[in-house]
Amino acid sequence: MSNEATLHGHSEVITSHDAHHGEHEVHHHKETFITKYVFSQDHKMICKQFIITGMVWAILGGLMSVLFRLQLGYPDQTFPWLEDILGKWAKGGKIQPEFYYALTTMHGTVLVFFVLTGGLSGTFANFLIPLQIGARDMASPFLNMLSYWFFFLASVVILCSLFIQTGPASGGWTVYPPLSALGDANEGSKAGMDYWIIGMALFVVSSLLGGLNYISTILNMRTKGMSMTRLPLTIWALFFTAVLGVLSFPVLLSGLILLLFDRHAGTSFYLSDIFIASTQKALPNEGGSAILFQHLFWFLGHPEVYIIILPAMGLVSEVMAVNSRKPIFGYMAMVGSLFAIAILAFLVWAHHMFVTGLNPFLGSVFVLLTLLIAVPSAIKVFNWLTTIWRGNIRFTPAMLFAIGFVSLFISGGLTGIFLGNSTLDIHLHDTYFVIAHFHIVMGVSAFFGMFCGVYHWFPKMYGRYMNNLMAYIHFWVTLIGAYLIFWPMHYEGLAGMPRRYLDYSGWLSFNQFGDLNRFISTVAMVVFAVQLLFVFNFFYSIFKGRKVISQNPWGANTLEWTAPIRPGHGNWPGEIPEVHRWAYDYGKDGREFIPQTEPISADESKH
Amino acid sequence: MITSIEVKDNVTDQRKKIHPHKFTLWVGMGSIIMMFAAFTSAYIVKRQQPGWTTFDIPVTFWYSTAVIILSSLSVQLAVKAFKQRSIIEYRRYITATSFLGLVFILLQFLGFKHIWNQGVTFKGSGAGQFLYIIAGIHAVHVLGGIIALLVLFIKAFNRKIRNYNTVPIEVASTYWHFVDILWVYLFIFFLVIH
Repeated sequence: MSNEATLHGHSEVITSHDAHHGEHEVHHHKETFITKYVFSQDHKMICKQFIITGMVWAILGGLMSVLFRLQLGYPDQTFPWLEDILGKWAKGGKIQPEFYYALTTMHGTVLVFFVLTGGLSGTFANFLIPLQIGARDMASPFLNMLSYWFFFLASVVILCSLFIQTGPASGGWTVYPPLSALGDANEGSKAGMDYWIIGMALFVVSSLLGGLNYISTILNMRTKGMSMTRLPLTIWALFFTAVLGVLSFPVLLSGLILLLFDRHAGTSFYLSDIFIASTQKALPNEGGSAILFQHLFWFLGHPEVYIIILPAMGLVSEVMAVNSRKPIFGYMAMVGSLFAIAILAFLVWAHHMFVTGLNPFLGSVFVLLTLLIAVPSAIKVFNWLTTIWRGNIRFTPAMLFAIGFVSLFISGGLTGIFLGNSTLDIHLHDTYFVIAHFHIVMGVSAFFGMFCGVYHWFPKMYGRYMNNLMAYIHFWVTLIGAYLIFWPMHYEGLAGMPRRYLDYSGWLSFNQFGDLNRFISTVAMVVFAVQLLFVFNFFYSIFKGRKVISQNPWGANTLEWTAPIRPGHGNWPGEIPEVHRWAYDYGKDGREFIPQTEPISADESKH
Repeated sequence: MITSIEVKDNVTDQRKKIHPHKFTLWVGMGSIIMMFAAFTSAYIVKRQQPGWTTFDIPVTFWYSTAVIILSSLSVQLAVKAFKQRSIIEYRRYITATSFLGLVFILLQFLGFKHIWNQGVTFKGSGAGQFLYIIAGIHAVHVLGGIIALLVLFIKAFNRKIRNYNTVPIEVASTYWHFVDILWVYLFIFFLVIH
């Protein structure tokens, strides 16, 4: 089952190499700055590159939302300083409609892909996979390095698109044609859209290179004794995430290639019977189908939301078990539900398209499949709750964020059942109800999973702890703030308030929400400021944090805590530890925790 | 820095388990299949809609199909030669394979030109436009295979390091067979669903 043969089958040869490896580490450590910090092939350094790039993107993406919340909260006011910074995009101190759309589009693109996919999977898959399965590095450290640098290139391209004259893409993060295909239709559909497509193509390459590596590392490079059923749930979650990415991102790439041809070569895959008002021109394109793009997009787009949430689920499961000092409840059910979610992820994409004129019978099939996702999701929630039930809970910042994750996942998940019904969706589609639903269930909760992971594994990453006081402030303000921001949006959505609008004050039906919008905007700014506190805490702690002095500060069972406090490239000096048990022997036979490396003793009870 | 991967490559390859690099390739092929599955399903969906146009498949594609099948044979001979450690023959066969790959790409473009001259340009969204894109992206994948073979070719001329590790050539040949089978599938697809 494991790669005993791979790593231990030729024990003589490998031991000698390993011993040499250890020596190598200690005596002549000759890495240059470039190979250690820039073009590093060490999975731990690549993880740090991913998380820091992700944080830069998170700040930019968050800042975009602050800007458009400023407009939504104070539609009647002008902010001359905005014009000083943004120039023509905020003429007269008011955010211009074109720029507003660009902001929402880029906020979505950046947060969904560059932060919660690249930043989240890239960080934790890189850090945890080799360390928790007992491998010296990824199956291909070189491809792994390329994965980061493609991500970096994609980031540069998208970043450049923010500064071009016609502005970045502005047709929504879903870039539906015909709007995204026709430069004449919209400023953002000019060069900005090309940057978007190129940036996303590079991003797809990055995520494929990463995903291939994660899958083959997990399946082929596990240490002796690490059978699949002894893997921590983090690894299972990252595994299914990678499978989803590898199978769905290529489909997006296909869709984008066809879009590129429609934009520049004159094909009509997505275009038909179009008259552009701005140029007073009827286009010759015939026979294209805009719905075709939606199918290709959402075939990625739906698995994408699970690509975002599964790693968070894995991190939370691990942190909850460690900090409740209890085994995870229903390990196999957790694995099974991850598997079920991964399968269903590919069978529900058309629930994003209920109002496109989809055949109602087909729609009802997608309703059924969509509602089925509630089953594995509920299993997971039940198991998290039963894991902390009567546990000996340590309320570390990581644990608080894990509990916050479960709370948000329940709140956001329940509204998913509303939206999964095609009949209700006719009313709720494209309203603030949808905004509230997906921000809670995959936006904020994925962020909570990520924060939970960062606070928990920071000591392993940098050999120092993050500051607890700042962490607690960060947690409480973010949790309360998230509910204050998104809870009211459900009511706005139920009242029919549409998303993507610049100004609601002129609408009799929605100007009753003026004060509420102002309230939401204010809270959003406070919550954004608190995220900067987290960023400060992160960088401050890298240099000035309290030093870790114990190899296993949380008393956890998994393998990463058997490595040195600051592991070198290769992770373990000497031999890789052998695994004898699953990762969740907490509170067993009167012992608080039993690491995976400890052999099963003769008089041990069964779990 | 010695990583475990390099260590393993030095160990004579006797284990039963698949090498991680080969496994990575198989997953990667799954990913490429998804990309072409998306293209071909878009083709099938689009075929039902008004404005669909078709074209006559030029005879050039039969030649290119023959060439790529031949190249698969030659890459297989290269693997065999490498395993028998007859490095001269090995070089000859990977050169032949790369050459056949280039001929394949050339023939594909001659085929495109033939269809283009029938009046099937990028204007529209029929079978022809799909063919340009699908076969064009496929040719890019063949080009990737040629680059991989060129890297191996240069390595085979390095006299300082003798390397009898069969993994790189096996990975390259598996990929080569894959793009070959992929083209045969696409060709049959275009012939049948017209």
